[in-house]
Amino acid sequence: MKKPRALTPWRALRLAVCGLVAAMMLAPLAIVLTLSFSAAPFLTFPPPGFSLQWYAKFFADPVWMATLRTSVMVMIPSSLCASALGTAAAIALSRVRFRGASLLIGLLMAPLVVPVIITAAAIFGAFRVWGLYGTVTGLILAHTVLTIPFVLSTTLASLRMVDRTLESAALTLGATPWRSFWRVIFPLILPGVLSGLLFALVISFDELTVSLFISTPTVRPITVQMWSDVRGSVDPTITAIATSLFLFTLVVMLAETLVSRRARGRRPPLAALGF
Amino acid sequence: MLAPVLELVAIRKVYGDTVAVGDVSFALGRGEFLTLLGPSGSGKTTTLMMVAGLVAPSAGTMLLDGKPLDPLPPYKRNIGLVFQSYALFPHMTVAQNIAFPLEMRGMDRREIQRRTGRALDLVGLPGYETRYPDQLSGGQQQRIALARAIVFEPRLLLMDEPLGALDKKLREQMQIEIMRLHKQLDISVIYVTHDQDEALVMSDRIAVFNSGRIEQLGAPEELYERPASRFVADFLGESNFFPGIAKVVGGEHCEIEHGKDRLRGRSRGLAAGQAAVLAVRPERIRLAPPGSPALASENFVSGRVRNIVYLGKSRKYIVQIDDGVEIAVFEQARGDRIPTVGVGDAVTLIWPVDDSTVLSA
Amino acid sequence: MPRGRWFWLAAPALLLIGAVFLVPVGWLLLRSLSDPRWGLQNYAAVFAHPVYLRVFWNTIVIAGSVTALCLLIGYPVAYTMAHAGERGRRFLVFVILIPFWTSLLVRTYAWLVLLQQNGLVNRVLVDSGLVAAPLQLVYNRLGVLIGMVQVQLPFMVLPLYAVLSRIHPRYGQAAATLGAPPVAEFRRVYLPLSLPGVFTGCALVFITSLGYYITPALLGGRQDLMIAQLILIQIGDFGNWGLAAALAIILLFGAAVTLALFYRILAARQRPLR
Repeated sequence: MKKPRALTPWRALRLAVCGLVAAMMLAPLAIVLTLSFSAAPFLTFPPPGFSLQWYAKFFADPVWMATLRTSVMVMIPSSLCASALGTAAAIALSRVRFRGASLLIGLLMAPLVVPVIITAAAIFGAFRVWGLYGTVTGLILAHTVLTIPFVLSTTLASLRMVDRTLESAALTLGATPWRSFWRVIFPLILPGVLSGLLFALVISFDELTVSLFISTPTVRPITVQMWSDVRGSVDPTITAIATSLFLFTLVVMLAETLVSRRARGRRPPLAALGF
Repeated sequence: MLAPVLELVAIRKVYGDTVAVGDVSFALGRGEFLTLLGPSGSGKTTTLMMVAGLVAPSAGTMLLDGKPLDPLPPYKRNIGLVFQSYALFPHMTVAQNIAFPLEMRGMDRREIQRRTGRALDLVGLPGYETRYPDQLSGGQQQRIALARAIVFEPRLLLMDEPLGALDKKLREQMQIEIMRLHKQLDISVIYVTHDQDEALVMSDRIAVFNSGRIEQLGAPEELYERPASRFVADFLGESNFFPGIAKVVGGEHCEIEHGKDRLRGRSRGLAAGQAAVLAVRPERIRLAPPGSPALASENFVSGRVRNIVYLGKSRKYIVQIDDGVEIAVFEQARGDRIPTVGVGDAVTLIWPVDDSTVLSA
Repeated sequence: MPRGRWFWLAAPALLLIGAVFLVPVGWLLLRSLSDPRWGLQNYAAVFAHPVYLRVFWNTIVIAGSVTALCLLIGYPVAYTMAHAGERGRRFLVFVILIPFWTSLLVRTYAWLVLLQQNGLVNRVLVDSGLVAAPLQLVYNRLGVLIGMVQVQLPFMVLPLYAVLSRIHPRYGQAAATLGAPPVAEFRRVYLPLSLPGVFTGCALVFITSLGYYITPALLGGRQDLMIAQLILIQIGDFGNWGLAAALAIILLFGAAVTLALFYRILAARQRPLR
């Protein structure tokens, strides 16, 4: 069927735009990666030489380490909570058939859709009253709410691809509803749940706007520290942090790919994103 | 018949205002192969799903071995079900799929392995243990689904259009395979299909479904030769219908007035003066030159050939009789006979009274 | 099986969203009506001051421009993704998803490095003689647009791709056999079929753009504020909760109206694609 197509104006335009987009998407990443290994004390580009000084500085600095610790302490519980709650909600909402179900899905997705400044201001105000302002618990709660939409949409997408007769089949073969869920449905939606978890981890680690509102100098995630750093001195340390983060996500993503390859749920590309 | 394995008494399923299944009753004998046949939406699959426990009946009772089935959830019914889509678990190997019901029953590993192997032998796929469903062809998936449904020795095997997704050749091959397994395992089967040929070939008895009810239940020959309703006569095989008014009713026979013709056929409980149709199969009608004599035990009408269709093993003649009704006639094509009748020729149609059935219109 | 039982699985998530999202937003609404005293004075203040209205207008124009640019760039990319070969698709998916895996802050910061007065882009432009003096590429609206388009592009491309990849080439083939030249084929068949994706993408990008803070704060000009910056200033610098809450509630209302509008159009147009 496939034959080499002529370079029509439309095709030429598409290729040009794709090239532009590739440059636009990859340029900042390339800059960050390069600068993180720079020998120069300032953001000079191209860097005069190779050095790991910014990594050394990052890992030696107690402030960076403390904020990193806070971020991890927030990221892990909040993404686990979001995964558990989001997955449970997705299972429930894919089963109940009533008019309000889509409304409830909309409600759970709201933190993704509503302009983040509103969420940030609202949570800040409420948390100050409730004594959650500047606490790790507060950050965990806020990040859980912010990441539930990602888990919900990836899990709903994979649930939609699971043939419902599989569960009926398990029942007729003697499995209780509980066992048929864990033995048949859960393994099939696991890739979706895991990519939701991955999203939750990364989104939580990278969250800035809401954290900016509800954190204090004593309880401060690393992104907030980076923010104040960027606004103050110009120091390439944050490029080293960003690169470390990027490598970390890369590793997690590879692991996720391996897991989902093992679990033989066939899924179209991008389904994991819930689109 | 021995004590029935399964008995359905006035089973009903209502969704809102629509009656999906209305008062269906039948009994399934031990080792019997019963087919539920009907067009899509006639309630046959819903009935099957109620037996499996996946759909709850709105009213009625079901008995398995004389014990009420309704209170049992599907996983306690011990009834095997082969789904139309096979419903093989995509994340499990063939062996894991077949082992699943045994595992749910808490069998030990060695026993599971033994039975899984035997089930694979039975469906003719030994050595396929480690394959995944998506590495199998449609026919192979079908066999694995069958193996999984029988491996736990269910009291009853239900099959929901299991061959619907296969092509014609493979379907016929699988029909024979399923019949062989049925004999070999001596298992009672309820089989759902909309394919009348499949029903005729495989079944001990057929229940013809129409709009949520059983129109007729009986052996294939009985249904074909003695349809109880116009729907059955039309759905199972092909029929010609002569509408008319029942005139003389007596004994086994009934005479109807169709235009200026008087036609006779076997009948069941019709009253004189009632609107009726006489049904006759196209292959029972003989084409004869106009004015040919008919026996006293035969019906005849005259008409004109409108069209001839060559079907390979037979020829189909479309004959318009004098009042405009079109009648189909099949004639076996034999090498030694060239058709003597052409389009536009006048003909007389003759067929035995005993091959005709008079039904209420 | 009683299906209602499953519903309780959703309860924890709903409770949490209720407590940590709905209640705070409700509290914000209350605050806008009651701080410092009960009444609509905060809303009146917003509409009475041209400065605030200008910020709103700025926000809408920037969000609208970002949406338009994303659509303009995103449509050809999504089209290529949907109908290219496997390798082209993989490459584009990789390119589009990269932003998800790099810190938003760091990406924005990288633009600063690239676009500043003596940054890479300006040096290339000057050295090659294309321009005489370095261009002002950041700390103005251009910088905000570049940064935001880069961040928002995936949210346009992914919903578009989801729809475009389901438009089977046979529709185009059918149109061609019916005598439609390529432009008519696109305009009359392909484009209408792709509209659900266009609407979803535009709604997502426009509404989330309304609340951006980080990118405009880093790349934007001092005089070119967006509403999020104004809200933060009102809370942080002036402690003026009432006014900040009123601004946020107006923004929320605008977002809800926009969403409802897109949803209505989408629902009216939606036809199953098979």
